[in-house]
Amino acid sequence: MEAARVTEVFCGFQKYIDSEQDKRDEVRQLVKDLEQSAREILAVMQIIHTDEGLKTISKVCEKARHHFETVRAQFAVLAACVPPSEYFRFNDHWRFVVQRLSFLAALIVYMESEMLITKEEAAAILGIKSSREAGFHLDLDDYLTSTLTLASELSRLAVNAVVAGDYSRPVRVASFVGDLANGFRLLNLKNDSLRKRCDALKYDVKKVEEVVYDLSIRGLRPADA
Amino acid sequence: MASRAGKRGHGRREHRREAQLPLGETDAIEVNESSPVIIAFRGFQTQLDAKYDKHERLVKKSRDVTIQSKRIIFLLHRYVGSSNKEAVLKEAEQKLEEVEQSFIKQIALELQGEDVYLYLRAISPGLQEYVEALSFYHYLTTKSLITLPEVQSRLEFDLGSPCPEAEQTDADTTAAASASAGTPPVARVPLPTSEFMLGIADLTGELMRLAISSLGVGDAARPFELCGFMRAILDGFLTVGGAAASREVARKVATLRQSVHKVEAACYALRVRGSEMPSHRLADVFREAEPAAPDTEVM
Repeated sequence: MEAARVTEVFCGFQKYIDSEQDKRDEVRQLVKDLEQSAREILAVMQIIHTDEGLKTISKVCEKARHHFETVRAQFAVLAACVPPSEYFRFNDHWRFVVQRLSFLAALIVYMESEMLITKEEAAAILGIKSSREAGFHLDLDDYLTSTLTLASELSRLAVNAVVAGDYSRPVRVASFVGDLANGFRLLNLKNDSLRKRCDALKYDVKKVEEVVYDLSIRGLRPADA
Repeated sequence: MASRAGKRGHGRREHRREAQLPLGETDAIEVNESSPVIIAFRGFQTQLDAKYDKHERLVKKSRDVTIQSKRIIFLLHRYVGSSNKEAVLKEAEQKLEEVEQSFIKQIALELQGEDVYLYLRAISPGLQEYVEALSFYHYLTTKSLITLPEVQSRLEFDLGSPCPEAEQTDADTTAAASASAGTPPVARVPLPTSEFMLGIADLTGELMRLAISSLGVGDAARPFELCGFMRAILDGFLTVGGAAASREVARKVATLRQSVHKVEAACYALRVRGSEMPSHRLADVFREAEPAAPDTEVM
């Protein structure tokens, strides 16, 4: 009888391990598809760093937005595969790709309107929920991380805009990144990956400020900016 | 540089970095309160603080569960030498209930409406230690292995009566609100199978100690009985492939194997030399032979 109980318990373990592995395989495959989409969108958006791209921003953004339709469909499949109460059980698998896609959405919105994407907007572009209660969602940490990636990307854009002869953009980028840094200053971060990522923000701020300084000192800074 | 954090200077937060961004001007910084970015980040601040605070509270409660569970395990070890075994078991049962009704219930309240996996790292040590204590108690009373549904049923709490614990955690509006509104009449700590497995692996360490100490009081039948039970558990772990579950399980299975060897050696000696040596001497032989017991606790 005692042996039977042990067998019963371990049968439960076996079932658990099997179903866990199946689920993880399934999730991994779906995440792979998302990563592919993310790479495609990233490739589209890289054009903004060229002379030509800066002149056709709206077209580039439109094209990138178009790609997000695939992403939304892919997230719908992934969301259906993960029970709402187990989001954080498998979260490690998609955390990175969600951050990446949220960053790309933020970049599109910034290029279009020069505003910071809201968490709700980002979730809508990705085709997921913005609050945990609603289901498969954009976690706050991931959204925040993606805004930090945006800051890095914009610091690069500031440099490339100067190369392309656009001297007013770096000034606007500097003010945007400065705003973001002020926002992050309000957060009491724990010693985790977000904190580490956030500590790097100051270098992006510095980089943009240096560009603005170079322009100012040479009298290249437009008077209205 | 510490300006902004100074406002919310609770001692507990000191480990968090006070100002994350030494961007030159700090005290004099003008934060444009009407900027949409700032408004949004004020909201994020509240959300993050709530999450981190909840995490901290759960860590504390988990630690309390661990301490109490360890005490119960020590108490149960006294069962062997005790003249009044019933009283020991009764006391253990009572203490288990105390842990459940106090700390574990509080954890259940904190977890209401939350995703347990988000906070699993905070409560995992406590849960494992509790499973260890409960399964040890269960073995001593029934000589069988406790099942996951049996453990889970003890982790469910009827919230029919108003619970003062919920009000204490004033910062935690969600738990308090849902408890007072009484929407879900039951709060539970969902026990993931992985945690249960780890608790059971820990149990075997206690069984090994029990086997060795039973020699000391001349209980010659118990080591054999325990040896069979531990082997069954080891077999179980080996057939499900403990390593596949997690690295933590793999490590514990290695310890389990050592424990089984030790008890097997004890049984062997008991058979071979049992006839020529009074049983209390045998125990001394093992105490000397036994290296420092591997630490199976995870803290």
